[in-house]
Amino acid sequence: MAKSRIVEIDPVTRVEGHGKVTIHLDEDNNVDEARLHIVEFRGFERFIQGRLLWEVPVIVQRLCGICPVSHHLAAAKAMDVIVGAKHLTPTAEKMRRLMHYGQIMQSHVLHFFHLCSPDLLFGFDAPVEKRNIFGVIAEYPELAKQAVMMRKYGQEVIQVTAGKKIHGTGAIPGGINKNLSIRERDALLKDIDQMAEWARGALQVAKNYSVDNLSLVQSFGSFPSNYLSLVREDGALDLYHGNLRAINSQGRAIFDQIDYQHYHELLVEDVRSWSYMKFPFIKKLGRLDGWYRVGPLARLNNAGFIDTPEAAIAHQELKAVTEGKPNPTSLANHWARMIELLHCVEKIRELLLDPDLQGEDLVVKGERQEEGVGVIEAPRGTLIHHYRVDKNDQVTFCNLIVSTTHNNEAMNRAVTKVAKQYLSFQTKITEAMLNHVEVVIRAYDPCLSCATHALGQMPLEVELYDADGALLDRNSQHIK
Amino acid sequence: MSDSPKKRLATTSLAGCFGCHMSLLDIDERILALIEQVEFDRSPINDIKKITRRCDVGLIEGGCCNEENVHTLQEFRRKCDVLVAVGQCAIMGGLPVMRNAIMHSDDPLKECLYEAYIDSPYIQNDNHQIPNDPALPLILDRVYSCSEVVKIDYQIPGCPPSGDMLWQTLTSLIEGRPENLPLELIKYD
Ligand code: SF4
Repeated sequence: MAKSRIVEIDPVTRVEGHGKVTIHLDEDNNVDEARLHIVEFRGFERFIQGRLLWEVPVIVQRLCGICPVSHHLAAAKAMDVIVGAKHLTPTAEKMRRLMHYGQIMQSHVLHFFHLCSPDLLFGFDAPVEKRNIFGVIAEYPELAKQAVMMRKYGQEVIQVTAGKKIHGTGAIPGGINKNLSIRERDALLKDIDQMAEWARGALQVAKNYSVDNLSLVQSFGSFPSNYLSLVREDGALDLYHGNLRAINSQGRAIFDQIDYQHYHELLVEDVRSWSYMKFPFIKKLGRLDGWYRVGPLARLNNAGFIDTPEAAIAHQELKAVTEGKPNPTSLANHWARMIELLHCVEKIRELLLDPDLQGEDLVVKGERQEEGVGVIEAPRGTLIHHYRVDKNDQVTFCNLIVSTTHNNEAMNRAVTKVAKQYLSFQTKITEAMLNHVEVVIRAYDPCLSCATHALGQMPLEVELYDADGALLDRNSQHIK
Repeated sequence: MSDSPKKRLATTSLAGCFGCHMSLLDIDERILALIEQVEFDRSPINDIKKITRRCDVGLIEGGCCNEENVHTLQEFRRKCDVLVAVGQCAIMGGLPVMRNAIMHSDDPLKECLYEAYIDSPYIQNDNHQIPNDPALPLILDRVYSCSEVVKIDYQIPGCPPSGDMLWQTLTSLIEGRPENLPLELIKYD
């Protein structure tokens, strides 16, 4: 009789960061469970202690080179609270918003085109050699060029607001260190119409995929859940600032318009032995029922409306598919992501035309506080930074819940569901089958770089496998 | 170097933030020219998970935090003619190296672990467990730079090096010509 065994996907590719999947099969080759493991660590929460408050927004973004702006801004927003800057100047807030929209634009383009589009354009079981951005360049050169140029544009928005494309320094506690010059503004305005046109095209590609493959999208790693995001006071989508809202699978509010300074009264994290990434859940619903999803689709499920005209219409079209109820799928995240891309382009245009960006009033200060929370909607979802700082301006405590961590439970469920569907009772497990599992992970655009911020020392381990590679025994030496 | 007309390039991210890979994509439309000259082997942007054959150039982002990083780095050294450490993390350890230097502590790693999984007031960890599973690679006692582990042929400094800097150094490496980098390219914040 065959033994139970574990199949690995290591490393998961075309995602950002380091992770692997183990698929656990029983004697009959039935998939028991599949797990997405976060295998890397940093230790940020501990080693940031003792650093000065103004350093934090600059250091913390080095957790993640894909959405550094999100960390930079979330940390700066927490530090705003600590330096007592209750309201930023219009110039500071709008410069930060511009930076953030540039960031989401580049990240969404990168994710959709560079990483995921090969699966959607060529099929989940296309040959490995073809299933990458170079394959897309070869077969869809025009689309690939647009993707490269849209990402470049987003990076240039970041460059002029943060001073550098990756790991810039624009946001400081209480404000921003530069405004936008007329020359910088005009350089960006020149191409904005082109960007809008390409963003509409990208949205069309993502929407058509969902509509043309409706039954696949509806079944592939799809399940009901709760959803969490920031929303504006009037319920609109707001990627930079707002209050916390969570809804259940039917769209009813679990909590709404909660000031995120109190996030820890709502959310708590569970720890499991097999991943360094924790498992957050809504406290009052408990571990079993309290898990939720974040990210583009969760945001569009949560938002009452979008305040830019073209994205607003696209949002209505998406909602119509589920008759206004929350969309439970994994793959429709791509559609939602491209709606947000168009929204960002519309917002960038609005901001570029706003004379406040040439204002000179950049920083405010107020009454010093000991503790502050900064929350932002990063490309992949709600990002929480929480710090305490002593009177010498040194950090004494830090807690981060990154977007990908919020999706931990959901991604593991999605991975298990897809693995059961495509891998159970197969006599031979092929590379193409395994790619199906990766496709569902990619729908969440997990940033495993961000997720590695926690650090641990692994206990010393010895593992024993039998001839078939099955794990026989494991000896661990725990830290005392 | 191999005799196929195109050079073979492999890239990996060890204990890095992916910023160096993002910067490589900041060569923007020059990526079209790049793929005229090179073919990608193992890289996080395609689905090749182990190096398939001998490569001319290997780019390493990030230092070594765990045993898997070490194995990957050794694989790259064995299979690449020229190995390049890209960015501060690969060259000196970068941000992750801050964990080597936690002050006033006999056991900094244990502190980090407890901070994240046991002592945090915002977790619910009834069994007081710390992640510990065969699927998780062994973490090293400290973070190592790449050149502490294998021989590194070139280093490209920056956090990250800009897209222009990567373009210049990569093309000269591929074409086998010496490079004179202007000051603006190697000046950092
Ligand atoms: S050198 Fe900088 S950009 Fe590169 S991986 Fe390290 S932190 Fe990220």
